[in-house]
Amino acid sequence: MEAPKKSTRGQLRAELGATLGFVERNFYLSKRYLGWEVVFLFYTIVNTLTIALIGVTAPGQAGEKVLYLVIGALLWGFLSIIFHDVSESVAWERWEGTIEYTFMAPIHRLTHLGGMCIYAIIYGILRSVIVLAVVALFFDLDLGGANLLGALAVLMMSSISFIGLGLMAAVLPLLSAERGAQATHILQGFILLVSGVYYEVSVLPRWLQPISVISPATYTLRGVRAALLEGVPLGELVPCLAILAATGVILIPAGLAVFAWGENYAMRAGKLKRSG
Amino acid sequence: MSGNGVPAAAATAVRKTFREKDETLAYLPEYRGLAGRWKYARLRPKDIRAVNDVSFEVRRGEIFGILGPNGSGKSTLIRLVATLLLPDAGRVTVFGMDVVKERRAVRHLINRVSVEAAFFKKLSALENLRYAARLYGLPPREGTEHALVILERLGFDRRKAFGSLENLSRGMQQKVAVARALFTSPVLLLLDEPTTGLDPRSKREVQEFVLEVRATHDTTVILTSHDMAEADRLCDRLAFIDEGRFVTEGRPAVLKEEYCRLRPDGATLEDIFLDVTGKHLIAEGDD
Repeated sequence: MEAPKKSTRGQLRAELGATLGFVERNFYLSKRYLGWEVVFLFYTIVNTLTIALIGVTAPGQAGEKVLYLVIGALLWGFLSIIFHDVSESVAWERWEGTIEYTFMAPIHRLTHLGGMCIYAIIYGILRSVIVLAVVALFFDLDLGGANLLGALAVLMMSSISFIGLGLMAAVLPLLSAERGAQATHILQGFILLVSGVYYEVSVLPRWLQPISVISPATYTLRGVRAALLEGVPLGELVPCLAILAATGVILIPAGLAVFAWGENYAMRAGKLKRSG
Repeated sequence: MSGNGVPAAAATAVRKTFREKDETLAYLPEYRGLAGRWKYARLRPKDIRAVNDVSFEVRRGEIFGILGPNGSGKSTLIRLVATLLLPDAGRVTVFGMDVVKERRAVRHLINRVSVEAAFFKKLSALENLRYAARLYGLPPREGTEHALVILERLGFDRRKAFGSLENLSRGMQQKVAVARALFTSPVLLLLDEPTTGLDPRSKREVQEFVLEVRATHDTTVILTSHDMAEADRLCDRLAFIDEGRFVTEGRPAVLKEEYCRLRPDGATLEDIFLDVTGKHLIAEGDD
């Protein structure tokens, strides 16, 4: 008896099907928790509006300040969805008790995590678009001179970095479901503090500023703001894109390696099971 | 041994130890307060040997039962075969393939039903089955239709497959778990107390289906159970496990015959269980 042999094409099709399985499963879960989805969306919209209103009170260039803050709130919302969904993918399964079933499936771990990432990106974009549409009703956002394509390029490139960060954080709930989830929230909060989401990193205490250099969110915010507020052309965004690409190239394989180590540890220590 | 002589599943001198801190100690007065918590945090975890030098071979098409009290190592053994745990020592193979080195190939051949029906409980049975179909490379529509046919065969009302699983009884959920394991046509089926919590009729339906699957698909089954009648009915061979070790092994009829010599009034599997494990039967739950 041997495992069923499939052609490379067949294997690829099966892995793609499984990737779609994770996207579809998460879609069904969002549908079943629709009430909570609406509540969280409402809260995000209100949160973005209140942050933007701080800009209205700013002296002088109020319009620009509003846009500056809206970009910060939207980007943070998008990046934290990606980070949160990827990093908590294991924690959910441990709480639901499905972790053993998912990890026993004959699929590549990349397929599993890739599916989670794809859903997180689609979900993050959809939510951000809805929030932006509602915010636009409240404020006169001037995007006349904005380089939308450049902003989109920065956003897509930064998603890769955040997926890498999420993969690294996803290993924590493998080691301990509750403490792991707690640690990912602390990490997320720390990125929020140092990345200049609502302010320039130059206002941070001097000792904290060097840490902002290693956060991919710093470059994302800088790049998107340059594209939308100043209309900086794509060519001038290349250094920012290059940093984000390099971060992604390092973080994704590193994230997968850390995850593989964590999975092996969990299988050795007997932690690959339901929790709670 | 049938076929080319390779056993469907085999374990050779397998050991598995877990390191765990005794959490009940945390409630003792000496571990209360800040200093006590610090002292508790520094306690060294204890080694718990869950599987201790276990060897067995399961022939193709055989139903092999593992019986033992709570915490005896049954579920750990199933998890080792299911590629969910790495053995500390020894080797586990499925159709000759090492469960550690050829993990993915082994996963194509197996499926498992655990004592707890592990599902996304907010989703419907159909949505969970569709997800499972995609994970196992089956076309989702045909896969779920096949699973629904199995569910109907197990006495499950098809209409209930569309509602949230959390609204179904434990027995119903367990039937969905059985259908999910069987619709991928595994050649080695790992059943970890699959009928725990089912009513007698449902239990009987699942047992009959397991026998039917073995007869029609040449499926090999490793079954753990607390239910002696179930083990007697389904298993070709049995092993009793206690504190991680196999204490006796053989065909149910032969075991009963051997024990009848010790008990002139006749021996049941339950008598053998109590004799070899020296423990009382506990209805549910496991290690």
